[in-house]
Amino acid sequence: MSELSELYQQVILDHNKKPRNFRKLEGANHSAEGYNPLCGDHLTVYLQLEDEAVKDVSFEGSGCAISKAAASMMTQAVKGKSKPEVEKLFQEFHTMVTGDPEEEIGSDQLGNLQIFAGVREFPVRVKCATLSWHTMHAALNNQAIVSTE
Amino acid sequence: MVLAENGVKAAGTKSAWDVERIREDFPVLHQTVNGKPLVYLDNAASSQVPQVVIERGSMYLEQEHSNIHRGVHYLSQKATTAYEGARETVKRFINARESKECIFVRGTTEGINLVMHGYGRKFISAGDEIIISGMEHHANIVPWQMLCEEKGARLRVIPINDAGELLLDEYEGLLNERTKLVAVNHVSNALGTINPIKAVIESAHKYGVPVLIDGAQGAPHMIVDVQDLDCDFYAFSGHKMFAPTGSGIVYGKARLLDQMNPFQGGGDMIKSVTFEKTTFADLPNKFEAGTPAIASQIGLGAAIDYLNSIGREQAARYEHELLRYATERISAIEGVRIIGTAREKASVLSFVIDEIHPHDIGTILDQEGIAVRAGHHCAQPVMQRFNVPATARASFAFYNTKEEVDVLANTIEKVIEIFS
Repeated sequence: MSELSELYQQVILDHNKKPRNFRKLEGANHSAEGYNPLCGDHLTVYLQLEDEAVKDVSFEGSGCAISKAAASMMTQAVKGKSKPEVEKLFQEFHTMVTGDPEEEIGSDQLGNLQIFAGVREFPVRVKCATLSWHTMHAALNNQAIVSTE
Repeated sequence: MVLAENGVKAAGTKSAWDVERIREDFPVLHQTVNGKPLVYLDNAASSQVPQVVIERGSMYLEQEHSNIHRGVHYLSQKATTAYEGARETVKRFINARESKECIFVRGTTEGINLVMHGYGRKFISAGDEIIISGMEHHANIVPWQMLCEEKGARLRVIPINDAGELLLDEYEGLLNERTKLVAVNHVSNALGTINPIKAVIESAHKYGVPVLIDGAQGAPHMIVDVQDLDCDFYAFSGHKMFAPTGSGIVYGKARLLDQMNPFQGGGDMIKSVTFEKTTFADLPNKFEAGTPAIASQIGLGAAIDYLNSIGREQAARYEHELLRYATERISAIEGVRIIGTAREKASVLSFVIDEIHPHDIGTILDQEGIAVRAGHHCAQPVMQRFNVPATARASFAFYNTKEEVDVLANTIEKVIEIFS
């Protein structure tokens, strides 16, 4: 179960149980809905953008532990960042979870998001980890709805 | 088949079913997954293929392959004989009056779509109503929705109770002179409910309404007698009953099939073609345009022969006992809730665990070599009815064992531990 314990680390289980920024954001000026038809994961990401930067961010919805924890930690990671910074982080996160499990993680920007590297061992779960990021990206770029299929 | 309680051996007595012997027939079962013996409990999605069926397919490809129905040469005749032989086998399997009533399709979905296009688009018009049930697979919802959209017809849905059983009184109330078709499943893929389809059919026939049965989960586990049921259409997939993918049947009463429009146009479904007019072939060719999945359909025939050889009633009785045992074991685990608790069930055990998403359950079970389905099972309205986003589903076949059920139950306990 070594790969398994790498996937379901305590931090992930904790964010699953107590997701951060898990609410509707009253002052949001951008939002998007994300949907994974394969497993029924469904979430909404709310953004409050000011001067092209994320002043506040939140999400709500339902999903598996991986998607919920990823969403929770995504909101923490992007809060306060500028749009280009957020886009870069999304790129790096995406590269990490879709990368070759044998390779070193090439980014030091990811910080505690690196715990999602374990997802690389579980190709069918990659979409769970990236759903909130795709949805946030859509909200940032004024798309209303995104599907990971 | 629906078994009377006295048809099931009492717990503790040794079953006459030699499951170890049966398992020898299925090469795929003898492997490890993630270092653990494979426990294959995803039979409702697709079942495994016995050696005799694999060999029949290989033999066809090695010795008999050619196109059917058109060559005067030796191999074409061999292939045609084998293909039509499979149709005869299917005819006996479901007790159809004539083999031409058994149309080869690539699976249940195609069978239902054939009836939607051939029957629905010809005979259903604005203001008409189609009745389905609240526990249908998307394959028995979406085609009818598309038809309703196109024609301005109305889709009515038979509600289900908290156990996952059809509310027959409500169904009776839905039937009226505008009803043009009833389409329900024999066994629910998401809940395992065995529906009282004979009663459903009888009621519809009082209004002269034809009934289509989605038999995808029925044919692998029940004795199906289309004449006794008096159903008008019955569709099932070969790959859910120990045959290769790409095989399947839609049975239809000849009288109806004769009146229907063809499904697809092309070769093999015509008598003559000019640029002015085409005359369609007789049954069953009218519905079998183009070269079919010959090897797969011959495989379906071989799978039915296999089922007959091991004894269908004994197999069903064993599965029934296995499901009873699994239900007892899994429902005893604290925090687990079974979705679908109908009195009559076959093969399927859908469950959820408090605070743990089925997808996570599926991943952890897979690490222990256990294959289950986690998701909405192509039955999203059922998930909505039970107010769950998804379920984990174990589905059994006659080659599964009580020991495998124990592995499943123990691993579910491990899942709960990880998330505690």
